[in-house]
Amino acid sequence: MRLSRTARIVLRVAAGLGFAVIYVPLLLVLVNSLNPDRSASWPPPGLTVHWWSVAWHNTGAREAVWTSVKAGLGATAIALVLGTLIAFAVARHRFFGRDAVSFVVVLPIALPGIVTGIALNSAFGTVLEPLGVGLGLFTVVVGHATFCIVVVFNNVAARLRRTSGSYEEAAMDLGAHTFRAFVDITFPLVRSALLAGGLLAFALSFDEIVVTTFTAGAGVRTLPLWIFDNMTRPQQAPVVNVVAAVLVLLSVIPIYVAQRLSADTATESRI
Amino acid sequence: MTAVEEAAGRGGRGERGAVRRLAGALHRHPRLRLALLLTAPLLWLAVLYLGSLTVLFVSAFWTTDAFTSQVVRVWSTDNFHELLTTPVYRQVVLRSVGVALAVTALCVVIAFPVAFYTARVARPRWRPLLVVAILTPLWASYLVKVYAWRLILSEGGLADWTLRPFGLGGPGFGLAAAILTLTYLWLPYMILPIHTALEQLPVNLLDASADLGARTWRTVRSVVLPLVLPSVAAGSVFTFSLSLGDYITVQIVGGKTQLIGNLVYSNIELNLPMAAALATVPVVVIVLYLLAMRRTGALSSL
Repeated sequence: MRLSRTARIVLRVAAGLGFAVIYVPLLLVLVNSLNPDRSASWPPPGLTVHWWSVAWHNTGAREAVWTSVKAGLGATAIALVLGTLIAFAVARHRFFGRDAVSFVVVLPIALPGIVTGIALNSAFGTVLEPLGVGLGLFTVVVGHATFCIVVVFNNVAARLRRTSGSYEEAAMDLGAHTFRAFVDITFPLVRSALLAGGLLAFALSFDEIVVTTFTAGAGVRTLPLWIFDNMTRPQQAPVVNVVAAVLVLLSVIPIYVAQRLSADTATESRI
Repeated sequence: MTAVEEAAGRGGRGERGAVRRLAGALHRHPRLRLALLLTAPLLWLAVLYLGSLTVLFVSAFWTTDAFTSQVVRVWSTDNFHELLTTPVYRQVVLRSVGVALAVTALCVVIAFPVAFYTARVARPRWRPLLVVAILTPLWASYLVKVYAWRLILSEGGLADWTLRPFGLGGPGFGLAAAILTLTYLWLPYMILPIHTALEQLPVNLLDASADLGARTWRTVRSVVLPLVLPSVAAGSVFTFSLSLGDYITVQIVGGKTQLIGNLVYSNIELNLPMAAALATVPVVVIVLYLLAMRRTGALSSL
């Protein structure tokens, strides 16, 4: 299609505006972390790095980061195991209810977080509490793992669909048994998909707030919960600004790693 | 050394025999392999997750004792009756669906030119980079993005500052702010599928259209849009359902605005059965939306 000169210019301007809309808020967060004033009024009266050192020594924020890392690692580990198992079942076997299985995997992320949240909350309340297990980090990990399974599943299943089983058959013809073939052939083939899926799962868990709200006990505060609690407190504003800026800067890392890992998996979508 | 010899070289004789026997059994019985693969994940998803969901939806038919706030486990449709007859609930449901549709429409309007530029106008060398530029904000924290809009829309913030020379002010916190912020949050989910569809659009179709005498706008209307529509529908599944379930954004920038998620949230402590009944609303609406979108072929391109 030959676009007229005007159409090209209009599209260029519209796209430029679109990208501005995408990036101005993120840049604003970065600038605001250097704002010496506690109020968010624009433009800031000056620039300072004072709040960065204050934020660095803020124990609440530090503990929240640590809690989030622990929850993310736990959820990612579980999701890697369960997601990979389902991916192998769905991609390498034909069985009754296969579509239903793929559907159930997607459901926790397709339904609104609040539905998943209160469902798990009431289930934990009725089943775990009589057993003496209250809400805590453990229940957060369980909740996060439930919706992280899908990203590992998607990545591994996509990879398995693209690699036929003939490599494994060849290995077996050459005398390797099932486990040997898995270790030597299958695992190296899916390794980068596992890494990409794990990275996505960790990022998803690290960012999750709704399900966390309903599965965290009183003493457990992940970083999103901490930010949410402190966002509307003027006293905490400078520290929240810095934490937000750090999160914006850190978000470049997964993109970079995903690009390095492989072009075909992680960059396609977040789900 | 072959794989077999290497395997034989490791471990003792007994272990080797056991591993081989197990491997042989697994190889001969695909059903056993499948059962071993599926047991753990199905226990997790079907029992823990679907079980919890079922309990939640069953509890929508329970009631709460008005005096003790204890849940009364007697089957009744009172909650749904209240839901359908109380004007406030109806307003909130309609408002939520309206917000979700408005966010979706805004996303389409903003996403289309951006995707058109990244897929067909920009130099091919730049296109992958532009896709990364669209993706990067997806990795930024949800809360940080909402916080950014809180900064922009707050009193004396960037919005006020930009509009002051025109004698105007920013929208402040309220329904408009919630729609704006949600649009910002889900925009990449709309840009990406449209970009992919436009990129895969066969050039010869566009040429054929031009050969037959169609001008740009006619080609866009008769060739491009029908081919891109399934992707728009696919993107709208995300923008619509994510907006419909949201309550955090509304709490942060929505002022006094109430959406269905906020109603669910505010009922959880005092009246869990009512919260459960309210939670069925977005689920039903999303399922209906998915069914409607399935007709466009959107779901297969998700």
